[in-house]
Amino acid sequence: MSNAPVDAGRRRFLTWTTAVVGGVGATFAAVPFISSWNPSAKAKAAGAPVEVDVSKIEPGQLLRVEWRGKPVWVVSRPQSVLDNLNTLGDKLRDPDSEEPQQPEYTVNVHRSIKPELFIGVGLCTHLGCSPTYLPGSFGEQVQGVEYGFFCPCHGSKFDMAGRVFQSVPAPLNLVVPPHHYVDETTILVGLDQGEA
Amino acid sequence: MMKNVFLALALLVPSLTFGAGGNVHLDKANYDLTDNASLQNGAKLFMNYCFGCHSTQYQRYNRVAEDLGIPVKLMEENLIFTGVKPGELMENAIQEDDAAKWFGAPAPDLTLVARVRGADWVYTYLRTFYVDETRPFGVNNKVFPSVGMPHVLQELQGVPNAVYETRMIDGEEQQIYVGIESDGSGEMSDDEYDHAVLDLVNFLVYSAEPIQLERKRLGYWVLGFLFIFFIISYLLKKEYWRDVH
Amino acid sequence: MKALIGWIDERIPLTKTYNKHVGQYPTPKNFNFWYIFGFIAMVVLVNQILTGIWLTMNYNPSGDGAFASIEYIMRDVEYGWLLRYMHSTGASAFFVVIYLHMYRGLIYGSYQKPRELIWLFGMLIFLVLMAEAFMGYLLPWGQMSYWGAQVIISLFGAIPVIGDDLTLWIRGDYVISGATLNRFFALHVIALPLVLVMLVFLHIVALHEVGSNNPDGIEIKENKDENGWPKDGIPFHPYFTVKDLAAIVGFLFFFCWVMFFFPDGGGYFLEKPNFEAANPLKTPDHIAPVWYFTPFYAILRAVPDKLLGVVMMGLSIAVLFVLPWLDRCKVKSIRYRSTIHKLNIAQFVICFIILGVLGVLPSTPALTLLAQITSFGYFAYFLLLWIYSKNEKTKPLPDRVTK
Repeated sequence: MSNAPVDAGRRRFLTWTTAVVGGVGATFAAVPFISSWNPSAKAKAAGAPVEVDVSKIEPGQLLRVEWRGKPVWVVSRPQSVLDNLNTLGDKLRDPDSEEPQQPEYTVNVHRSIKPELFIGVGLCTHLGCSPTYLPGSFGEQVQGVEYGFFCPCHGSKFDMAGRVFQSVPAPLNLVVPPHHYVDETTILVGLDQGEA
Repeated sequence: MMKNVFLALALLVPSLTFGAGGNVHLDKANYDLTDNASLQNGAKLFMNYCFGCHSTQYQRYNRVAEDLGIPVKLMEENLIFTGVKPGELMENAIQEDDAAKWFGAPAPDLTLVARVRGADWVYTYLRTFYVDETRPFGVNNKVFPSVGMPHVLQELQGVPNAVYETRMIDGEEQQIYVGIESDGSGEMSDDEYDHAVLDLVNFLVYSAEPIQLERKRLGYWVLGFLFIFFIISYLLKKEYWRDVH
Repeated sequence: MKALIGWIDERIPLTKTYNKHVGQYPTPKNFNFWYIFGFIAMVVLVNQILTGIWLTMNYNPSGDGAFASIEYIMRDVEYGWLLRYMHSTGASAFFVVIYLHMYRGLIYGSYQKPRELIWLFGMLIFLVLMAEAFMGYLLPWGQMSYWGAQVIISLFGAIPVIGDDLTLWIRGDYVISGATLNRFFALHVIALPLVLVMLVFLHIVALHEVGSNNPDGIEIKENKDENGWPKDGIPFHPYFTVKDLAAIVGFLFFFCWVMFFFPDGGGYFLEKPNFEAANPLKTPDHIAPVWYFTPFYAILRAVPDKLLGVVMMGLSIAVLFVLPWLDRCKVKSIRYRSTIHKLNIAQFVICFIILGVLGVLPSTPALTLLAQITSFGYFAYFLLLWIYSKNEKTKPLPDRVTK
């Protein structure tokens, strides 16, 4: 070992520079490992937007389609059900859709683009079971409401706009997926209007 | 001394040649992966002339559209003939059994052909079909003798004939193959045809490794970073080792 | 922080272990360029393990799905292409580094007493690494994967009596099939890496027990100061951590240059026929093993007898194991050994490289003759070494390491 004086400042500077540059390098090296966990092109293709033909749907009927592996409901609501939606306000947790569970363009009483057609992800916001559609027999769950969704897992209840009733386990309204009308009778689930 | 050894060894290593048969000289394919117009034309030619039998089943339509700058709508309307979604793999409709019946073997997938055979091989192959009545499809190929495939680009090239010259070799008259000549009945001139094939090759080279331009672009950044990092770490080493020397 | 380390030290020997292997490990100060490859090999091993784990996340080990899943990784998975190239380039880099590392041991006599065990562990690592690389090469399920494995597994058929049954047992089928692929996958991703890591651990433990050799081949432990610290030793940290860091960055520069600009390695790292899915009915025109096996493959081909060829190939690796006992000279480093030893090493290296080149070429009578000559040279190294090393004329050793 030589006894030449050590330039401590230079040493510290170089050590820190190396550490910082090395840290930057390590961070960049982590990028491929981390991003490879994102959905692959295959997963994205499988999760591509789904077209739904609604020309043959009848009032009261529910269509199930699969989008990104989840059930998406398309429900045609009769006029009587639509009239009823306004009256439920005090029984619901979030009657005015204040929580971000839906795209901007469905923040209204019926939570949809066209009043008669409701499009929602059919998964309970509690723990992810798929609720049962009870047309005409929902009255057993909530008095005076004949149509609604009832989750068999833990008893959560939703009205015909997917809004959650009070005093059930589910905290939030059902999710409305991004969607738009390609033409009068075709809905594209998965993409907002104008999104490429 | 070591230097001479390495030099001698370098001379010993000839470049490896792969690919089916033929001692035909391979023409250089001067493709350009940055030329989107050429790639798009290549994709068009591929979908129209090759895709009937050959798939590129590891590639997706929308990836091609994105990389080549083709709007997805346009692609759906003009290049997707099987009616699948743009996110799907580019598989074709032909059944393997049918293909085996018609051509003797299923038509190979071409996603990676440029990496298996090399661009020059594909470029030369597509330009060296010639009339040979003894073959089932009436054509043969110079770099792939006894090929089991018809000359699908004939309507573009015209009817190709192999041209031979008589030359004296070692005192014997021999027929030497010198090239291919079209009878001019095709839609394209010889030059145009070469260009079209080059576009097609360009597309296949792209297809074999879609990431290659991005790979090199990223490579320059990485090397630049490592170069700087090396200087810094070398200075650090020098600094500490002043204790020792 | 101090308290935490103190708490740990009372329970496991953290500081002690760190000091023994890094902080206070006395490293000869005259290490030269050849001494960087051990550390680089460790970094490459880490790279292989990390990228390997990530590749298994998307790889499908089945006859129907393997080839397509590689292309899936190359195209559909974000940065999958980079992970795959890191792994494939890493495989070749591993052998480059290991061969240089072994060459270093050869010229400076690092295998000699008292470092025989380090050499043996190292040879086992080399052997396991070859098995690891061979099994890994089957996984892409391309034409070269398939036919390369076919050829190598058939070698076992040369063994008398049990040969045919043995090959059948290894394949688990009458040809190489999904069953073979699955077992190779299991060995490649779990079994062999575990063995490899364990052997690397033993290799280093053995090294740090007896201490590092150096280019002068003298023991720095024999010359200690009043504190018991070798006069020619410097602590591993910080001197060799900073040196190895610079070496790693330099290595990574070359590594990335190849990986980003020539990921196929000119058809030697990723062979062209391997971009075609395995087809049991069609052999590629020219089968060559990956470059790192070619010297041994060339020895195999040089012998015009199936069984004897396999034996000679096995012997070419086995003989390396007994090297510490073949070399009877007391002087380690090439610097102080006889001219005949220097010439012997030179001819050995030349033969090895020529064999490597021959292994990728199709065989012709002339090349086969050359392979026979160089195979002879390869084995002659060991025989000659054993003969002359007993009474070798060596130069006097210095007391202290030279610059």
